Amino acid sequence: MEIDTFRSETRAWLEANCPADMRTPMGEDDICWGGRKFVFRSPAQKQWLEVMAAKGWTVPAWPKAYGGGGLSGDEQKVLTEEMQRINARPPLQSFGIWMLGPALLQFGSEEQKRHYLPQIARGEIRWCQGYSEPGAGSDLAGLQTKGVDTGDHFEVTGQKIWTSYADKADWIFCLVRTEPDEKKHTGISFLLFDMDSAGVSTKPIKLISGASPFCETFFDAVKVPKDQIVGARGQGWTIAKYLLTHEREMIGAADSALFAKSDIAADAMSAIGLDDTGRLDDPMLRAELGQFLVDEICFDTHLDMTGTYMRAGHELGARSAELKYLGTELNKRRQSLRVAAGGSDDLVWEGAANDAGQAAKDWLRSKANSIEGGTSEVMLSILSKAVLKLPG
Amino acid sequence: MRMELLSEDQQLIADSAAGFLRDGHGIAAFRALREAGEDANSAILGELAEMGWMGIVLPEALGGVGLGYRAAGLIVEELGRHLTVSPFVSSAILAGTALASAGGDMAQNWAPRIATGDAVVALAMDEAVKHRPERIATTVSGASGALTLTGRKTFVVDGGIADRLIVTAKRGDDLCLVLCDPQAAGVSRTPQVMLDHRNAATVIFEDVAIAEADILAQGATAEDVLAKTLAAGRAIAAAEQLGVAKAAAEQTYDYLRTRKQFGVLIGQFQSLQHRTADLYCELAQVSSLIASALNALDEGSAEVETLTRAAKAKMARVGRQATEEGVQMHGGIGMTDEMDLGLFMKRDRALTEFLGDAGYHTEWILRQRGI
Repeated sequence: MEIDTFRSETRAWLEANCPADMRTPMGEDDICWGGRKFVFRSPAQKQWLEVMAAKGWTVPAWPKAYGGGGLSGDEQKVLTEEMQRINARPPLQSFGIWMLGPALLQFGSEEQKRHYLPQIARGEIRWCQGYSEPGAGSDLAGLQTKGVDTGDHFEVTGQKIWTSYADKADWIFCLVRTEPDEKKHTGISFLLFDMDSAGVSTKPIKLISGASPFCETFFDAVKVPKDQIVGARGQGWTIAKYLLTHEREMIGAADSALFAKSDIAADAMSAIGLDDTGRLDDPMLRAELGQFLVDEICFDTHLDMTGTYMRAGHELGARSAELKYLGTELNKRRQSLRVAAGGSDDLVWEGAANDAGQAAKDWLRSKANSIEGGTSEVMLSILSKAVLKLPG
Repeated sequence: MRMELLSEDQQLIADSAAGFLRDGHGIAAFRALREAGEDANSAILGELAEMGWMGIVLPEALGGVGLGYRAAGLIVEELGRHLTVSPFVSSAILAGTALASAGGDMAQNWAPRIATGDAVVALAMDEAVKHRPERIATTVSGASGALTLTGRKTFVVDGGIADRLIVTAKRGDDLCLVLCDPQAAGVSRTPQVMLDHRNAATVIFEDVAIAEADILAQGATAEDVLAKTLAAGRAIAAAEQLGVAKAAAEQTYDYLRTRKQFGVLIGQFQSLQHRTADLYCELAQVSSLIASALNALDEGSAEVETLTRAAKAKMARVGRQATEEGVQMHGGIGMTDEMDLGLFMKRDRALTEFLGDAGYHTEWILRQRGI
């Protein structure tokens, strides 16, 4: 009964507060990332963020004390369903919500939680993630960026790479080697600092898709106050691993969140046409598409079941690698099929025609899905050891 | 590790099914039946009925326990895992669903007997080497009072031991479901032992006299009853195949943890680790799909057709992966009859053909999407 009341109240509130412009399908450019440098695309986008943040519903699962909604698992599900019902856009998306927030909730001091979490919830600070380095990709724990203890602060020097949106971010959560005499995994600390600090510079990397979502990030003797460490010195790897499980869940689930799920079957039919028997006039593509559609239905049910499982209070742990692997491999197939269905139309790259080659750009972008956040091969290695308990 | 959440009732059923089948009806029992040349396993029927499982999807009014398809799926997954021979799928699920959805006197007569195990009822539907339930050459003809059934049905699972057959036939343009006594004049059945050591019969009907009262359903009602029956059968067959595949996979994981070659455990080889982990992921996601399909049956959701067909199609691919990888990773020993892997592989093959393979159901999904 209580949940029914919550549903009707939520429905009425959304009806009254979600602007009409925020109930239309969104492209990648319509995402609200928040942050000091963010320029709202419309007054409605700003208003939507503000009313949702005031309600704590940008982060409905977080405790109210930290700017969240304090909703139970069932209530979160209702909120999601009611937002989907009216096609409400997510008011805010960010690495702060997906990754840093959960890590702070788990490992942060009370002071840090009260300081950083509400800023994330209100979309005031946009975070980026300083993990990979030129010499430490899949072998992330081999990172070399140093943080030298100078008494009242750490002095950070080194280089990060593949830092998503570093040029647009306000702050960074960063893995830094502060204990050079410790072993590889126990010498790392988890530091937070302002990207406007002296000594920080970024350089976007142009990708095969033409976009530059990733940067090289350089630190030259950046001063980081000592109270901006999360957890203990040397505990960084433990925090990083915890955070990575959230990142993997997010990338795995991005199937529905980040990528427009176009109707490939309908697109293929209009682009290629049907043969005399009423089937798509490309039997090989049709067969591949059939297998893909079955796999897509399958993965959607799996995400749904996983969501229910997590809302019931279970942690996914190493199984986040399973979602990441399945979700990203599936999305790569989706984008390949999409450009194959488009044929020569989807070779268009510049100009206004064919949505300026969005399908081709999405296809190329998707190649990173099984690399970023840990490669598919790393995911399979994690699963074989942590879940299947195969010998190391 | 199960990710799909179960209700208390369902958890109880899963646990008791696992326990019951492990103790006395496991793979050793299957091997003993095979050695004895017996393919009916008549002893188990009474025990399954005793626990209420033969009436698992039947409502209480028809002598069942009405626990639904999700619960039935948990039982049948264990039946698959233990390679247990029983008429659970043919009689409790296919015939049970057909009778319960058709209703009427025949349901009142036969459903309670299915639930008590006093009767086994099988579905006679396929006519060609591939499952094409919509292509029916079997006919009901003649004037009312002098009706006859004529045709040939193949791959009638449990057809050799059934007390009644539900036969799909055409009466003019109408689909008919006919309840037929296999002892009746004009019926000849040839039971066969299949590669998985199950019984499936070819049944020929030559001018078999039937009454109007033997027609369980006709026309649109029959279409609806058959659709419900096949949807239930598909999801349940997929759940049994999931049990087979999980058993094969688990034996393989164990083998990789213990078998040494080149001075190391073979599970240390990354080529095997990655293939095994991929199999694990596929099993995890197809488990969710099958559970969703079974839930959809219980909820009467609009997604039943899509989910049950996707489940059957996907499970065919994952089942093959699990059993083929199992044999390959075991190496030579995996080829021996002494190991269970070959038994899993054979059962998997049969379950793939039963009620439609991956191609058949994928084709339906493509058609539904308009291409």
